[in-house]
Amino acid sequence: LASWVAVVGLEIHAQISSNSKLFSGSQVQFAAPPNSLVSFFDASLPGTLPVLNRRCVEAAVMTGLALNCSINKKSLFDRKHYFYADLPAGYQITQQRVPIAVNGSLSYSLCIDNKMSQMVTKTVRIKQIQLEQDSGKSLHDDTRSQTLVDLNRAGVGLMEVVMEPDMCCGEEAAAAVRELQLILQTLGSSQAIMAEGQLRVDANVSVHHPGEPYGVRTEVKNINSVRFLAKAVDYEIQRQIEELENGGTILNETRAFDSKLGCTISMRDKEGKQDYRFMPEPNLPPLILYDAKTLPANMNHQQVVNIDWIRERLPDLPSVKRAKLVELYGILPEHSFTLLNEDGLAEYFENVIKHTQMKPKKVIGWILKDLLSYLKEHALSVKDSPVSSFLLADLLNLLERKEISSSAAKQVFEELWKGEGKTPLEIVKEKQLELLQDQEELEQICQAVMDRQEDEVGAWMLW
Amino acid sequence: EQVPAAVLEHLERLALVDFRDAEGVRRLQEAVRFAERLHEVDTEGVEPMDSVLEDRCLYLREDDVTEGNCTKELLKNAKEKIEEYFVAPPGNIPLPKLGERETFEQQS
Repeated sequence: LASWVAVVGLEIHAQISSNSKLFSGSQVQFAAPPNSLVSFFDASLPGTLPVLNRRCVEAAVMTGLALNCSINKKSLFDRKHYFYADLPAGYQITQQRVPIAVNGSLSYSLCIDNKMSQMVTKTVRIKQIQLEQDSGKSLHDDTRSQTLVDLNRAGVGLMEVVMEPDMCCGEEAAAAVRELQLILQTLGSSQAIMAEGQLRVDANVSVHHPGEPYGVRTEVKNINSVRFLAKAVDYEIQRQIEELENGGTILNETRAFDSKLGCTISMRDKEGKQDYRFMPEPNLPPLILYDAKTLPANMNHQQVVNIDWIRERLPDLPSVKRAKLVELYGILPEHSFTLLNEDGLAEYFENVIKHTQMKPKKVIGWILKDLLSYLKEHALSVKDSPVSSFLLADLLNLLERKEISSSAAKQVFEELWKGEGKTPLEIVKEKQLELLQDQEELEQICQAVMDRQEDEVGAWMLW
Repeated sequence: EQVPAAVLEHLERLALVDFRDAEGVRRLQEAVRFAERLHEVDTEGVEPMDSVLEDRCLYLREDDVTEGNCTKELLKNAKEKIEEYFVAPPGNIPLPKLGERETFEQQS
């Protein structure tokens, strides 16, 4: 059987973290009474007009810069038409012709053979980033043959990030999305929590034989976590390979991922291919962005988005943070990945370092092996840890000063985990875990042991 | 020239307009003919204008919450509502196929 090569591209929609919506002043909030966060514009009542939110533009520029994109100083808004109950206007305002950012890249890392010690860096090209409106939410009530519509989400700002088909499997897609998630969270442009619908991923998958043209691709939707993304992509790759090997063909269709069954199901639209009839949004002039060179002299600064100003204020991206951790503390690259992968763990680690004499290379072991495994076992996040970084630092100081042994330290850690408010020193005293430091006392104990075991000592001495 | 029946059906589906009868179709053809006259203008080397607002500044709004909280008013327009949700039919109801309904051609 000839070998197969899979090609995976991603379309990612990230909800912009802002107080109000992209084109209106209604609030952006996850859970709220139905239709309470909806303005007349969001409900598409006649006579309303879109007004662009500057914060959303800045979020898109930040994200574009972080992904090494060219920022288009002039970008345009368009209407994408289709009918659905949660799209009251009958069209979505998006950026189809000239989006705000193009031609970027994202670097991510993978472990080879599941061994953390062997990491390889890959890159995926970012085709573009565009600003667009989110739609409302439809709740399907099949029993009563109706749909309930909540427009709270209608009009919320989205950044659509299009990743070129440079990935080859579920693991790569998941790693790329995970890195994007960390970048967005670091920038603050999106909180990117998949479970709350703030980050939605659609995967485009096709397979072909090496050297031959790309195969027909399918679009996979309804993926609700990074883990499911890997599963969905890998399932679809397998499905397509099996279909083709059995002499079948792949249809250019949309498929939904069923997380319970672990498979993709056809969502084939009986209406055929959609024609969105794109047209320029007549109510919005082009979006002009400036930089230090093109900044107009007399303009109100509130009306100006300055790309250079934003670039200067970009925080350290995850890749930079990791490199700094490795350089500053001498930890391994794979350690830095784990530190950044858990929310708050890097800060915890650095706080322990600040308050202990123990070397970072030894501290990292406690963080990644002891603390992290306890957290995982109890499904707790770092911020909910019963052992604070200060307590751990105290414990590690006792160990470093040789006041307790490392096995005693582990016992103390277990006690601390109970969260009873005792300090490490209190626990050590309570359980009498102090190491004996007195030379004379130690000699006496050793002598006593030897006296009791005369035969063994004798045999050893003959050696 | 005639707009093909398949295109008419496609347009009716996409835009949910109803050309209804021969008069409606004739009006469409007139509109297309009218717009086609634009081809007579030499636009060699001229950037297309897609908005009469192209010289205007796109106004940027501050990210403040200034609207919303008018559920009652919005729902006044709803034909049907359940507990502050708008009620809609289950998904899109496809238009019947060409052969299954009276077409403008049949009516004229």
